[in-house]
Amino acid sequence: MTTTISAPTISGAPHSDNVMTRARWAMVDTWTITKRNILTYTRIPEALFFSTVQPIMFVLLFVYVFGGSIHTPGTTYVNYLMPGIFVQTVAFGSVQTSIGLAEDLQKGIIERFRALPMARSAVLTGRTTADLARNILTIIIVTVVGFIVGFRPTTGVLAYLAGILVILMFAYALSWGFAVIGLSAPNSEVAQVVSFPILFPLVFASSAFVPVSQMPGWLQGFATYQPVSVTISACRALMLGGPTAKWVVQSVLWAAVLLVVLVPLAVHRYRTRT
Amino acid sequence: MQYSIEADTLKKTFTGKHEVRALDGVSFGVAEGTVFGLLGPNGSGKTTAVRVLTTILRADSGTARVLGHDVERRANLVRSLIGLAGQYAAVDENLTGRENLEMVGRLNHLGRSQVTGRAKDLLEQFDLADAGDRILKTYSGGMRRRLDLAAALVARPTVLFLDEPTTGLDPQSRNDLWEVIESLVGGGTTVLLTTQYLEEADRLADTLVVLDHGRVIAEGTPEALKADLGATVLEVGLESLEEARRSAVLFDALGTHTPVVNGTVVEVTVDNGPESAMLGLRSLDQEGIIPSAFTLREPSLDDVFLALTGRRTENETPSTEDETAQKRRRGRRRRAGQAMPIATGELQ
Repeated sequence: MTTTISAPTISGAPHSDNVMTRARWAMVDTWTITKRNILTYTRIPEALFFSTVQPIMFVLLFVYVFGGSIHTPGTTYVNYLMPGIFVQTVAFGSVQTSIGLAEDLQKGIIERFRALPMARSAVLTGRTTADLARNILTIIIVTVVGFIVGFRPTTGVLAYLAGILVILMFAYALSWGFAVIGLSAPNSEVAQVVSFPILFPLVFASSAFVPVSQMPGWLQGFATYQPVSVTISACRALMLGGPTAKWVVQSVLWAAVLLVVLVPLAVHRYRTRT
Repeated sequence: MQYSIEADTLKKTFTGKHEVRALDGVSFGVAEGTVFGLLGPNGSGKTTAVRVLTTILRADSGTARVLGHDVERRANLVRSLIGLAGQYAAVDENLTGRENLEMVGRLNHLGRSQVTGRAKDLLEQFDLADAGDRILKTYSGGMRRRLDLAAALVARPTVLFLDEPTTGLDPQSRNDLWEVIESLVGGGTTVLLTTQYLEEADRLADTLVVLDHGRVIAEGTPEALKADLGATVLEVGLESLEEARRSAVLFDALGTHTPVVNGTVVEVTVDNGPESAMLGLRSLDQEGIIPSAFTLREPSLDDVFLALTGRRTENETPSTEDETAQKRRRGRRRRAGQAMPIATGELQ
């Protein structure tokens, strides 16, 4: 450091421009913000509800109410459904990213963060990392409920975990998209309202609940290759067998493309939002 | 002179639905170890000035320095030297008081033992030790503001920015907070505070500037400003408009400024309250005018504005702040209005 400070300070870290030091502090700050966000989730009943009770309701609803009338060739409906439910719950859960960021902006906590000597990136990385943690919890809950209602994966533990990994990767990429929405919305209500029209076609015009072959012809192309369906197909292949490589590669590509586009966009929105 | 905070012709225009010139060439300097007040009504540019000085917002042009460091080029260094508290820099209402302070400590990159130590000390210092492990949702307004101030002090900043630190507080909590701020200044901290209340600026600030529409319209010590204005306001209510007009002519000789007629109420600022009151009543008596109300009061920001600009403060009209900030502020103001009879009485 070359500048002298006119008064003593105990601010711990020396202000180094060293890349390694800055990267280390960025990670420390990300962890601090992540912990704060996780703590917040446990204290907001709505957020907890979205991450725990709602996914369970969806499993029960589709298995017992709609399941009987949907025909899935080659496997039971529960087996067909569960990969879809996984992706659907993490997709719906990512709305929490936009709501959380919009709320932080609205309530002025981000103003305080901006005046602190922390890594700027940590507000966003800490948010998306906390959402990743929340998604892991959701997936564990859904897995348990799935097994209770008769879900029986056929490929083995490692393949099952690989399927979960594919979902988490997609969920993480999606979080950045909803971060963009949260940073663009004037308040958390608008963030929520804007998020659902984006999610609904992705989640419901997908192979999550109904085989694409049972949809009208004009919808099948979109419903097969859009990211939610591709991720579900990869997950299904990993958990239930069938051609795997094609779908896994496509789902990794989708996640990579989304991240490459959405991360810079979110960072830009964060920088320019006054 | 050694300035801890310097602003040099800062300009900031917000574009959007309405183009708003929030800062229109604002310059001032704050001497080390003093309290500096930015006084002005809503939308005068106070908060924008604080946001530029605390590195949150970039000015369109002009320069700002804190302890000699440019706030744009050395932003991270500046952030490690300052503390910010106030109406926008919020605390997290889903965390406990202690968790809030510890989070700020960690984000200031303090060592582990310092983080917990500072949180504990500050909770005690701000009379929040018992409430330290309660979630903020259960805190009163005054407790929140104290925690907010404590959060700004975690890294022992040498320069402190307080954006309307007491807006929305009841008189008792305000007084408590004033005492805390005064003790900080005794410890050598340089403080910049924004306020809408002349009373607050008078009590806390060594020097102040008055902002209006993003421009500095007056600067000096509170004493000089008040002396310039007149120490007391004589407010007389009358039965008719005609009597008000006649009274204004009588009071012209008493006041430091021309009396202002507002309906049937005449206001005049005077140097010597009791004496002027006596003279005023006597002259009314001679004319056979009997007032319906007669009050002596401290001058308010509104009076300062009236004296400086010839018009009253326009609180809710054309904003000079970005819209989200303003919306936030409106919500608070509404709540604040009920709890603040003392100083807001004069601010419509």
